[in-house]
Amino acid sequence: MNKTALYNLHKKFDAKFVSFAGYEMPIQYKNGIISEHNLTRQESGIFDVSHMGQLFIEGDDSLTDKLQNIFPTDLKNLSVNQSKYSFLMNDNAGIHDDLIITKISKGYMIILNAACKEKDYKIIKSKLGEGFKISLSKDLSLIAVQGPESKNIIEKIIPGINKLNFMFGGDFKYNLNNIYVTRSGYTGEDGFEISINNNDVVEFVEKLISLGSHLIGLGARDTLRLEAGLCLYGNDIDENTSPLEANLKWAISKNRINSNFPGSKKIQEQINQGVTKLRVGIKPDGKIIARESTKIFDENHNQIGKITSGSFGPSVKSPIAMGYVNNTYTKENTKIFLEIRGKKFSASVCKLPFYKKNYYKGGINVGG
Amino acid sequence: MSEVKFSKEHEWVTIKDDVATIGITKHATELLGDIVFAELPEKGSSVTKDGTAGVVESTKAASDVYTPISGEVVDTNQSIVDDPSKINTDPEGDAWFFKLKIKDLNEINSLMNREEYEKFAKESAN
Repeated sequence: MNKTALYNLHKKFDAKFVSFAGYEMPIQYKNGIISEHNLTRQESGIFDVSHMGQLFIEGDDSLTDKLQNIFPTDLKNLSVNQSKYSFLMNDNAGIHDDLIITKISKGYMIILNAACKEKDYKIIKSKLGEGFKISLSKDLSLIAVQGPESKNIIEKIIPGINKLNFMFGGDFKYNLNNIYVTRSGYTGEDGFEISINNNDVVEFVEKLISLGSHLIGLGARDTLRLEAGLCLYGNDIDENTSPLEANLKWAISKNRINSNFPGSKKIQEQINQGVTKLRVGIKPDGKIIARESTKIFDENHNQIGKITSGSFGPSVKSPIAMGYVNNTYTKENTKIFLEIRGKKFSASVCKLPFYKKNYYKGGINVGG
Repeated sequence: MSEVKFSKEHEWVTIKDDVATIGITKHATELLGDIVFAELPEKGSSVTKDGTAGVVESTKAASDVYTPISGEVVDTNQSIVDDPSKINTDPEGDAWFFKLKIKDLNEINSLMNREEYEKFAKESAN
């Protein structure tokens, strides 16, 4: 089992560990998931996401063209230090992985899901061909610091980060070493992701804690991202769902829809003909919790879909879920039924997100 | 009120006359984490020793609640359905789950006393 550079620090803070994508990761610390969730929404939370892949690609001017053949994102109009959410797709527009591409001075940095990173590396490397330097970092940790107080806390250690805009990043220094900070995250809150050397990360996180931020486990990470309507790879999206079915069309650049990339034909077909299933938000009536794989029915007992993520939303204070339903059941307030432990419970289709996002869009685009 | 007894499924039971009060242990709530949903057996229904008699769900997962003895459900604690977080706050007090009219008092003999349960809980945690 792999461990991140922060493993001993997690232990010191009484983490309960789970195995996740080959890593021993903290699911929660001693205060529990709901308290950690609320600390992130109200103050500041630190998430160790060092299990995720940090892929760096360098090359000459042809690199951007090459990458545009792999990803459906307009990279030509991406400024240095700007990030975009994107997908690695198969030829049928199924999603191999969802990822964040950032243009950096030397080329591109791509953040990959932990369970997919080795597979992604192989796919991207083989599609790129010769002539490019591509490496999956082993020396870097990745931490996310999320929540309204985070900007003030980090600013004390890394002056200047508060100037970053949402989905932009920049080079900064810590202990005279280079670190890379982007204003992004997976909680719906204003926050940052910090790529920092394994040798510096423990001290850096200890500093954040001493300034008032809190360690947060994967449990709260899941309830936070679910409230924000964000997909978890492997649950809400996978190789059998396309970005259009996942209601993520916004992440395919408009000027790239008619170009060539893996899955482009299928994407064009789905744009013209519509999709047969769509990811929607689901609110169970009452307190019942619908977990992944819960079957969804219409009032005539026909199965019309399946839940892909579901839990209790601590900020919305009610059960929440998302899942796929047949395309005639996607309207807001459509009444549906969830089969849980052999009984059917009423629910309704609702808008995503469940919790309003608080991203920061008023700063200066550093490098942009 | 009798001495409190415990099951291997982490339920506790106390007995007064022919009625048993049943809940889940503090140790169980620590394993489960924040409880956000509780489902109780129906009043008037019969439950059988070691059979399911409810569900609790934390933010992470759902778990069955078993009954440590058999009987007829004579009362249920609606307050934990309305506010499941009570189960975390006072699992072995106010947050009892249900009361049974006991079918066979001998069933209690197979349960553990507090000292035995604490040893069992500690060992099963490792």
